[in-house]
Amino acid sequence: MIKKWFKTGDPWIWLNAAAVSASLIIVIGLLLLIAVQGLSHFWPKAVMQAQYMQANATESKAASIRLIGEIHNDEEVSIEQLKAIGINIKTDKETVTRLLIKTGNRDVSGADFKWMLQPYLTEKNYPEDIIVLERREWGNFYGYLKTISNNGKIIASGANAWPELEKRLLRTEALYQEIRDIEKGDIGSINYKMEKLRLAKRRLELDKEDTAENLAKLTTRRKQLDKEYAVLAKNLEDLYSQFNQGSISAETMSGKVIEIPLAKIVRAYQPNALNLFEKIVLYFQKVGEFIFDDPREANTEGGIFPAIFGTVMMVLLMSVLVTPFGVIAAVYLREYAKQGAVTRIIRIAVNNLAGVPSIVYGVFGLGFFIYFLGGNIDQLFYAEALPSPTFGTPGILWSSLTLAILTVPVVIVATEEGLSRIPRAIREGSLALGATKAETLWRTVLPMATPSMMTGMILAIARAAGEVAPLMLVGVVKLAPSLPLDMNAPFFHLERKFMHLGFHIYDVGFQSPNVEAARPLVYATAFLLIGVIVLLNLSAIYIRNRLREQYRAVES
Amino acid sequence: MSNPSNSAPTAARTLTTKMDRSRAIKNRITSISMAVGGVSVILSIVLIFFYLAYVVYPLFLSAEMEKSAGYPLPAATQGKTLHLAIEEQNRIAVRFTEQAKAIFFNIKNGDIVKNIDIALPKKTNISSFTTSRLAKGVIAFGLSNGQAVFAQHKYKTRYLVEGKKIIPSLIYPLGESPIEMDESGNHALTHIALMHDEERATLVAYTDDNRLLLNQLIFDDELSDEEDAEEISFDSTLIEIPNIQYVNKLLIDNSQSLLYVAHNNGEVSLIDISDLSDIQVLERKRVVPDGTEITKFTFLTGEISLLIGDNKGNLSQWFPVQKETGLTLSHIRDFDSQHSAITDIVTEQRRKGFAAIDDKGQFAFYHSTAHRTLLHEAISESRLNFLAVSPRANTFITEDDKQQVQFWHVDNEHPEMSWSVIWDQIWYESYPEPSYTWQSSSASNDFEPKFSLMPLAFGTLKAAFYAMLFAMPLAIMGAIYTAYFMAPKMRTYVKPTIEIMEALPTVILGFLAGLWLAPIIESHLPGVFSMLIILPAGVLVFAFAWKSLPKDIRTRVPDGWQAALLIPVLLFTGWLSMALSLPMEQFFFNGDMKMWLGDSLGLHYDQRNSLVVGIAMGVAVIPTIFSITEDAIFSVPKNLTFGSLALGATPWQTLIYVVILTASPGIFSAVMIGMGRAVGETMIVLMATGNTPVMDFSVFQGMRTLAANVAVEMPEAEVASTHYRILFLAALVLFIFTFMFNTVAEIVRQRLRKKYSSL
Repeated sequence: MIKKWFKTGDPWIWLNAAAVSASLIIVIGLLLLIAVQGLSHFWPKAVMQAQYMQANATESKAASIRLIGEIHNDEEVSIEQLKAIGINIKTDKETVTRLLIKTGNRDVSGADFKWMLQPYLTEKNYPEDIIVLERREWGNFYGYLKTISNNGKIIASGANAWPELEKRLLRTEALYQEIRDIEKGDIGSINYKMEKLRLAKRRLELDKEDTAENLAKLTTRRKQLDKEYAVLAKNLEDLYSQFNQGSISAETMSGKVIEIPLAKIVRAYQPNALNLFEKIVLYFQKVGEFIFDDPREANTEGGIFPAIFGTVMMVLLMSVLVTPFGVIAAVYLREYAKQGAVTRIIRIAVNNLAGVPSIVYGVFGLGFFIYFLGGNIDQLFYAEALPSPTFGTPGILWSSLTLAILTVPVVIVATEEGLSRIPRAIREGSLALGATKAETLWRTVLPMATPSMMTGMILAIARAAGEVAPLMLVGVVKLAPSLPLDMNAPFFHLERKFMHLGFHIYDVGFQSPNVEAARPLVYATAFLLIGVIVLLNLSAIYIRNRLREQYRAVES
Repeated sequence: MSNPSNSAPTAARTLTTKMDRSRAIKNRITSISMAVGGVSVILSIVLIFFYLAYVVYPLFLSAEMEKSAGYPLPAATQGKTLHLAIEEQNRIAVRFTEQAKAIFFNIKNGDIVKNIDIALPKKTNISSFTTSRLAKGVIAFGLSNGQAVFAQHKYKTRYLVEGKKIIPSLIYPLGESPIEMDESGNHALTHIALMHDEERATLVAYTDDNRLLLNQLIFDDELSDEEDAEEISFDSTLIEIPNIQYVNKLLIDNSQSLLYVAHNNGEVSLIDISDLSDIQVLERKRVVPDGTEITKFTFLTGEISLLIGDNKGNLSQWFPVQKETGLTLSHIRDFDSQHSAITDIVTEQRRKGFAAIDDKGQFAFYHSTAHRTLLHEAISESRLNFLAVSPRANTFITEDDKQQVQFWHVDNEHPEMSWSVIWDQIWYESYPEPSYTWQSSSASNDFEPKFSLMPLAFGTLKAAFYAMLFAMPLAIMGAIYTAYFMAPKMRTYVKPTIEIMEALPTVILGFLAGLWLAPIIESHLPGVFSMLIILPAGVLVFAFAWKSLPKDIRTRVPDGWQAALLIPVLLFTGWLSMALSLPMEQFFFNGDMKMWLGDSLGLHYDQRNSLVVGIAMGVAVIPTIFSITEDAIFSVPKNLTFGSLALGATPWQTLIYVVILTASPGIFSAVMIGMGRAVGETMIVLMATGNTPVMDFSVFQGMRTLAANVAVEMPEAEVASTHYRILFLAALVLFIFTFMFNTVAEIVRQRLRKKYSSL
């Protein structure tokens, strides 16, 4: 019977069906994995306190220690493997569960994460007064709040301490914002102007116009800036002295009491005391921080705003460059060029360029745009800054240009497809009514092809947003000191390097010293990137489908 | 297809009024600007190819040289030349003479810049001469009284109003008092050799009464390269090496542990001097063909390889190789013979190139690793005696028998490049045998860069192979089902879902592969492999069970929805094999499969290996292959399948014998395009492998691909260096490779479309 069943070919059909199902599982599984891992990162986890029997405890050492931390992960390990590393566990099962616990307090213990064997964990409970402090350095703190002091004087302790801490943190946060505004905004701008003055002086020297008069002008401007700077520095000093006043003392899981300045605390909460609503509020606060804040601690904590900003700006710049050129090329190929073998070859070539590895474009961009074009631009227009290059080094302009070349085939193909779908009757009608070819193009053909150009542009953006390899050569950095767009004239700084979501994933996931701590953040970044790209693709598909419907109406 | 452009001139001609004229002009402008714009966009795309080729091209150029001056030997009366050298800026050259003079002269015209007397003890003269590392300018003189002088020529650059000025000097880092080599004090040193580093120096000398002496100097302070370095004191250990006679030339290697003695009969002794209390002659062997004798015996930069020239013009390279029997001097390669006695060999100071002159006035430039002769020219009528190559190897000077000096410029940018360097096995210095190696980073000038693209090309194909192995069955079978069996309603959901995967940034796939998948696979190895059996088996069991179900249950799920039914089945069987992984590991592999692989199969397990890359990159190419295959199968004309079904074939038979056969060119082009994508993929391999350039088929080892290599090394490559251009070459290879793949695929597809439209 089974033999007969095989003869019908049915089993093969089922196996083919299984291939589809497997592909679907992979796609949806990947998206779900990233979504779950990325989104759950911001949810405040309960912090556990437990006693842990040390695996190889001897008589002399304390047999058990107190453990405070979040459970991050678990896995099954076989007894054999444990034996191999010298842990003998008495159990009748073949495997035991091993928990990855985030205990934080890197400044005290040296590591954020610890692997713990489940069977040794006893007396698990969730005390409400455990606090979690997110800090500007050394990662999270877990423990108990003891006292709060101001300039070394204790001002609150015991039950009063927590409300006092919340109050004071609000104030330090406000101060922090103010300090940052001055440092990044005002002082940054003065530094920028100083640098401009230095370059202006060098320029005068190069042009042999460094007369006493000209130099004096520069000196007065510099003096003025120095004066402004002195005022700001004084102001800043006052703010800092206020900022650095408060501190708290808190007890870690080993019972040690440590002093933490309020200035170092970003956020404090008692995870086990939060109710659902408070948790949701905290969740969205953290999401907000992630999207709108600068990164901390070598990009492994804090937000990714500069990366989002860099990606968006680079992609926008690219689409401004790529759309007109792509459209012109497509219009030329479809409407003006003589159709024949040559256009067919060009069409195949353009189509195939989309399949050329992106790293090749990166190499081209580095060699041609940066070293050749940029190097010459520097010689001609930025000689005063040499030998430090201005455009002769990777930057956002070159990245956009490189990606524009990478994505131009996408725009050409999509636009051409749109143009070819426009019924001939429409063109001929327009020409028959006496319109010139240009008028036909501008008034009827192009407007009708707009949606297809949109599709092309969206697909180009979607491709560019996810591309990392070429950017590693032509412009991204792990940490850019300033955004390519700011309040200093000329506002757009096309020569600057920038941060990028995709590169952020690569860099934090693979180059950072503390991968375990950074991993959730990488998932969140990946989720954001995928979200944007899937959304762009879906909108392209939607536009394309609507377009087809429209033409179907015209054709019939 | 009609040509709409034909209508344009007709329209323009009929416009006559003034307003119409402006419209005609606008029309003209539009068509011109469109043509210019369109053509320039297309040209700029072509530019990519030409720019890559333009950067790569200089690699394949040969060297060129040009004579820039000739003049009589400066201070010819002050003794015969011992040694010639040129300083860094190519402005000043120096001639050390037998009469203990250091004559610094302007390289362009021979004017003497400075004439320094070398400090010798009274009543002695120079009986032998040697250099240590050429780039350091350290030299030593052997004297007629058995002493030696250790000196160094140095150049300071001063920036003065009238321009750069170079001030030569001769200094004595160990002090002016000579070093005692032979305590008897009345035997001249006829041959001498010196090697030094910051901590110590070794001097070996041969006396006129046939004794071989060795003196090891341990410095009390580091020998510095600073301009105003102070004299340093040293401890000296003097010993005699017995039983070595008929010495012709002496050399000491860079670690000061091997002494090479060339004998008068064309043999070389290899002597281990690393332990002064136990000096051993390791080997004595002939290094030149019978009937010839050694005329020049010197080190290649790095002081590892010996270059040997003989009186018939043969040139060969030798270095010691560790064999089972111990260290043996091995013949590495021969260079093109100059056919007349070699008079001097001088190595470049920063590359593994060298130049040689002979007694017929010929000059030639060679490169050792690349095994190339870059230049070969007769430049003099008479015998050439001495040669100096500048530190940057862009100029050289020669001295001939008629006491004429010639000054030449050389343009020799990329001598280390040849076809065999890229694609053949090369015997690199200190390697036990020829190998394919990629190792480009150079910490020092002595480093021999290894530019074999073979391991990278191999890694690229290996990664692509495993990716295709994973992707092809899934994508093609999936496409067959989707196009041919799936219910149309389900197809409208399934196709875009799989296609959206194409838009997934590869950096995310790479990240998941490296940080999520790799650890899972590592800890569930048996489970992953058992999936290959458990999954299909589970599907078949389910299918059979489903068939055996009563009909009224079966018909509740309409035909063409099998894939949806199978999702839970696959999830369950997948989970099952993962859950069974640990027990299987316990049962079959003693609890640790990785250890088992290493012990019983000898396979090394990398956490980020080809299996991980194969799966991750497979996921990246599945949508490409799926989408194109699906299109090809779906557009097989329906009349063909209907005909087949009407003749009584089952759907499966129709599929196998009609549909797939017709669509096979489409499937082929899908595979080609998928392959092209896998070959050029960068981020996934960068993140999911260890990026070590090894050549190993094992699925448990990583690789380094061309694309990943470019991404890793390009930012560090110095512009216009050989390394930089070779990376461009890698990019060009990738470009051509994928472009060809895609073109073939595209042409096949277009033909197929034509065929369908005729059916």
